[in-house]
Amino acid sequence: MKKTGYILLTILISIIHILPFYLLLTTSFKPANDFSSKWVFPSDLYLENFTNAWKNANLGQAFLNNIIVTFFSLVLIIIIGAIASYPLSRFQTKLNKVMYAVFISAMIVPPLTTLVPLYQLYVDIGAMNTYWGIILLQVTFNMPITIFLYTGFIGSIPRELDEAAMIDGMSRFRLFFKIILPLLKPITATVIIMTGVGVWNDYQFSLFFLQKLNMQTVTVALSSFFTQYSSNVGWVAAGSLLAALPLIVLYLFLQRYFVSGLSSGAVKG
Amino acid sequence: MKSGGAARLNRNAPFWLNLMYLPALLLFLLFIVYPFLKGVQISFTNWNGFSQSYKWIGFDNYKRMFSDPNIGVVIRNTLIYGVGSTLLQNIFGLLYALLLNKSIKIRGLARTIVYLPVIVSGLIMGYIFYFFFQFRGGAFNDVLELFGMAPVNMLGDPNLNVWIIMLVNSFQFMGTAMIIYLAGLQSISKDYFEAADIDGANAWVKFKNVTLPLLMPSITINVVLNLIGGLKLFDAIMALTGGGPGYASQSMSTMMYKTYFSSQDAGYASAIGILMFLMISVFSIIALQYLRKKEVN
Repeated sequence: MKKTGYILLTILISIIHILPFYLLLTTSFKPANDFSSKWVFPSDLYLENFTNAWKNANLGQAFLNNIIVTFFSLVLIIIIGAIASYPLSRFQTKLNKVMYAVFISAMIVPPLTTLVPLYQLYVDIGAMNTYWGIILLQVTFNMPITIFLYTGFIGSIPRELDEAAMIDGMSRFRLFFKIILPLLKPITATVIIMTGVGVWNDYQFSLFFLQKLNMQTVTVALSSFFTQYSSNVGWVAAGSLLAALPLIVLYLFLQRYFVSGLSSGAVKG
Repeated sequence: MKSGGAARLNRNAPFWLNLMYLPALLLFLLFIVYPFLKGVQISFTNWNGFSQSYKWIGFDNYKRMFSDPNIGVVIRNTLIYGVGSTLLQNIFGLLYALLLNKSIKIRGLARTIVYLPVIVSGLIMGYIFYFFFQFRGGAFNDVLELFGMAPVNMLGDPNLNVWIIMLVNSFQFMGTAMIIYLAGLQSISKDYFEAADIDGANAWVKFKNVTLPLLMPSITINVVLNLIGGLKLFDAIMALTGGGPGYASQSMSTMMYKTYFSSQDAGYASAIGILMFLMISVFSIIALQYLRKKEVN
């Protein structure tokens, strides 16, 4: 009896939480002259919403921009974060303890609070509407969590490993790249998922620093599309669905990694 | 032995090895420390964001905040977004985790669904709920009409839309709280529950005396994360109401954006930014200290 209750409750929760996505589906498959309720699934699927959204929201270019920004941000996040964490974890001098605290405490600074000077700085150094400009920002603001994760993980690798390698005459640099770096694979997967989702979905930074049409990322392209065509619900819904789809598909296939990545990162905090 | 080895490695560490964190440090100085200090400086000026000339005006921007008729609403909204979302996400996150930790067949599917919105952009989640709550043809009003009630303009109503934005944000990130609580629950040893069973404890007593105290670390993480996330909320507001009507659903984040880009009032926008930074720091540090103390007991 009790178990049946739990099952019913679980089903109810699942339905409530899937509803928004169901409504997104019904809305994006209906033509503008279909005034039936969003709750009703369309009798035949109207696909023109998708082609129109793709064209008018400039989604092709936007996806390309998203891929470029996310890919290079992740590469830099991983490299800069991993090499920074090695001395912070292994050589805990007074200076390095302070440095670690400084890096981690930056987590609390909301990027928006520095919007005005950042914007000015970006105009001055010509970083507005450039890939490198947005990438450097994404890398910087994802650095605290990355250093936090890598430093914790390197701390769990036995120091005897370093010693053995050094007794064998390996230099510290080679030691790091040959022995430590390959061991960081599992935590790197966590870093990729935690920071990658954030970079891909970013709206705030991209809105301020990528205003030129051909530089817009998916969220920015979508928001200008929405402002322009907010009366055409079908188009906007189709655009939203297209924009959300890549990560949803990735999530459904790599679910285990997403969930364990996000929770292990948080729980260790 | 172990510490001896560590000490030796430490002692022999050449200083140049610290160069490995130089790239990260440079990024920090350039994109966090410098803009932050510069922001403090700008907040004491009447700069408009582009002009070459501006004046040092002391605390005028901060004084102006106290007489700004909109700031009260904006701070109230920011608190609703921050504290309200934190409460909802934690209560539901914990309840969901307790339920979906039981051996039910479909629990895997349910977890997948509850967690799904977390990986969708806050902006897109906002749009999805826009279709739900919009005045004309919105899914919610269809239900009201089905029951013979008049449709409500929920997103245009300044007394309602703040709460709806808060709900949408909570809905989206409930999954994160749930996953962290699930991980916490799974790390509790079964022995505790068996011991409580032998003492004849009922379900509530077990929850209060075993589960809750051992979940304190998860509660701390969730509360602090959700608080920071809610207090700086931006995307969902932009998608659902754009902060309107007027300042009715504006948060500190969106107000700052508007003050800078629409009103071209860079000095005042910086001052709002500093206030927001102080607010988030104070709230998260107090929450962290308070909850950490409870963890120890």
